[in-house]
Amino acid sequence: MNTVPITHILFVSTALFFIGMYGLFTRRNMITMLMSIELMLNSVNINFVAFNKYLYPDQLNGIFFTIFIITIAAAEAAVGIAIIINLYRSHHSIDVEDAGEMKW
Amino acid sequence: MNYASYILWIPLLPLACFVLLGLCGRNYFKNSSGIIGTIVLLAITVLSLITAYHYFFIDGKVNGVYQSIIPLQYTWLQFSPNVSIDLGIVLDPISVMMLVVVTFVSLMVHIFSLGYMKGEERFSTYYAFLSLFTFSMLGLVVSTNIFQIYIFWELVGISSYLLIGFYYDKPSAVAASKKAFIVTRFADLGFLIGILILSFHAETLDFHILITRLTTTQSPQFINITTSSFLGASVLTWGLMLVFIGGAGKSAMFPLHIWLPDAMEGPTPVSALIHAATMVVAGVYLVARLFPVFSLDLTVMNIVAYIGILSALIAAIIACTQTDIKRVLAYSTMSQIGYMMFALGVSIYKSDIFIASSSIGYTASMFHLFTHAFFKSLLFLCAGAVIHAVRSNDMSDMGGLRKQMPITHIAFLIACLAIAGIPPFSGFFSKEEILSAAYQSNKLIYFIGVLTSMLTAFYMFRLYFNIFHNKESRKDLHHGEGTFSMKMPLIILTICAALAGFVPFSSFVTSTGKPFESHVDIVFSILPVSLAVIAILFAARLYRKQNDLPDRIANSMGGIYRSAYKKFYIDEIYLFITKKIIFNLIGRPAAWIDKNIVDGFMNLLATITAKISELIKKLQSGKVQNYALYFFGGVIGLAVVFIYWLK
Repeated sequence: MNTVPITHILFVSTALFFIGMYGLFTRRNMITMLMSIELMLNSVNINFVAFNKYLYPDQLNGIFFTIFIITIAAAEAAVGIAIIINLYRSHHSIDVEDAGEMKW
Repeated sequence: MNYASYILWIPLLPLACFVLLGLCGRNYFKNSSGIIGTIVLLAITVLSLITAYHYFFIDGKVNGVYQSIIPLQYTWLQFSPNVSIDLGIVLDPISVMMLVVVTFVSLMVHIFSLGYMKGEERFSTYYAFLSLFTFSMLGLVVSTNIFQIYIFWELVGISSYLLIGFYYDKPSAVAASKKAFIVTRFADLGFLIGILILSFHAETLDFHILITRLTTTQSPQFINITTSSFLGASVLTWGLMLVFIGGAGKSAMFPLHIWLPDAMEGPTPVSALIHAATMVVAGVYLVARLFPVFSLDLTVMNIVAYIGILSALIAAIIACTQTDIKRVLAYSTMSQIGYMMFALGVSIYKSDIFIASSSIGYTASMFHLFTHAFFKSLLFLCAGAVIHAVRSNDMSDMGGLRKQMPITHIAFLIACLAIAGIPPFSGFFSKEEILSAAYQSNKLIYFIGVLTSMLTAFYMFRLYFNIFHNKESRKDLHHGEGTFSMKMPLIILTICAALAGFVPFSSFVTSTGKPFESHVDIVFSILPVSLAVIAILFAARLYRKQNDLPDRIANSMGGIYRSAYKKFYIDEIYLFITKKIIFNLIGRPAAWIDKNIVDGFMNLLATITAKISELIKKLQSGKVQNYALYFFGGVIGLAVVFIYWLK
């Protein structure tokens, strides 16, 4: 475990975060946007665990927070799906470009 | 005598009556508002008479000099330790006399209006306005403070505006009320500047202190005000002249008289109260109040005297040609007030109380104010009775009324004899005093005064003969003479107009407070009285029977007659000045600037805002992902700030 420098893991989590962000900005399908958000949240989880293992091996603070984030992400995904279902009921489409009524 | 216990009721009861009738009169007191107003006036007339009795006969005199008593004073606005606006009540000879005159004439007008305005839709509003006027006039005459008199001055102007424009669906009445208000307001601008000048230099607003400071020649305020000068005249002259302008506007002196004839559009009892007996004498009253200060400045006294006599003469000439009976009476009022003004102007004031008789002009002016109130209001009320019967204001619709309206006839005759100055009626005594005061000071004014009194006798009897003689008596009078409530004031005022001359006025009202004996000089009065009798006989020759002599005289006088008939074109001059000069040269450019530059600037700001918003509204696209991008941009910005700037 100690032979892998922390920067490698941070690089992975950052790359995942930006991939998730790219997906959030670019995808038209609302479900796929949700998946990208989950990707961003998981990248943050990796970050927390890495710091916990490398900097404070005898404490568990980071891992606790990671468990929290997993729980919250699950709840938020449920709420997100509910919103998407509502939007589908009114617009009959899950394309995010079709929900543009708040324009000037 | 404890005046303070009841004196406040005298101005405040009419105010309460105004509030009551104004707010609730239309719904609850439709028919009884007249009775309520009359009862209130009766109460305050009795209180004023009691005050006068106590003041003049019991305890007004201390060591033989009438004191100026201040029963009530209340500090309203304190500007600095020395200067404050107080509201107070002062009792001195002229204010007590004015209390009696105002309440008495107002009571007569209230009783007369019970009959005259019966059946009027806005009966309670009329009585509310009359009460407002009575309150304002009473407040004016008892003012202790020069700002208080200004407040009530404006209130009287408002009441006059409301009453002249009472018949508001007549456009001529609306125009007349606007004209009256604007002309007097314009004069009040001068009054206000004069107040500010005088009170600034005397460092006080209180009448008594102001007069004391500006008349003792050693006081620093007096030295200050007489030595500083502006454009060649001392500041005292300017201040007094501006105050006189305010008085001249309210008292319809030339050239600010144009509102008075038009003010006859109001109901006739209103003309009797306001524009004959009480409001128009407010200017004379103001000059009389400040008389010790006025008398120090010879320039201003000359201005007062000459404007007075000029107004008297011009009004008398115009009145000889008018055919509307109320206009004749309006010009007659202007002429008589001119008499009062010049009487003040030729009077001399010596503060040494032993030489009070040299200021006989002051006493004569106040005496004429007193008698004039009675006979002029009587004339107007008789004119009201005639107008009520004949349903027209014009002389040519009247004639031969003496059989049908006997009481009005006798009353009018006695009032005409009084105003013409025939002994033993009241006008004779007051006019004699005025003319003798003028004779002692300024012979030119005396001769013009005698000439004007001859003209007065002529036009008044021209009016009398045209109404009551001239033609055969008519059979078709609509109403007859009028109800009892219209006849009773006529009878009472006739008695007063006949007997008021016998009041020994100079033993009550003098400029210093010390009474003196005055007697009628028989030899002196032969000239004016005989000229008046000649004028009356001439008027009888012309108007007693129908003939064409008046028309022949008018034609032979040609241009003079025409210009007098057109009131010397003064109204046309005013219209020219306001329309062609002021409106075009000042009004139109100002309106253009307001519409294009001021409004244009505001519109420009609005247009710029709209254009900018057009440009940036694309930011709000309604797409969630764009918003997320902006969010990301903000995070980047914050990161840069935190890492690089805020070390």
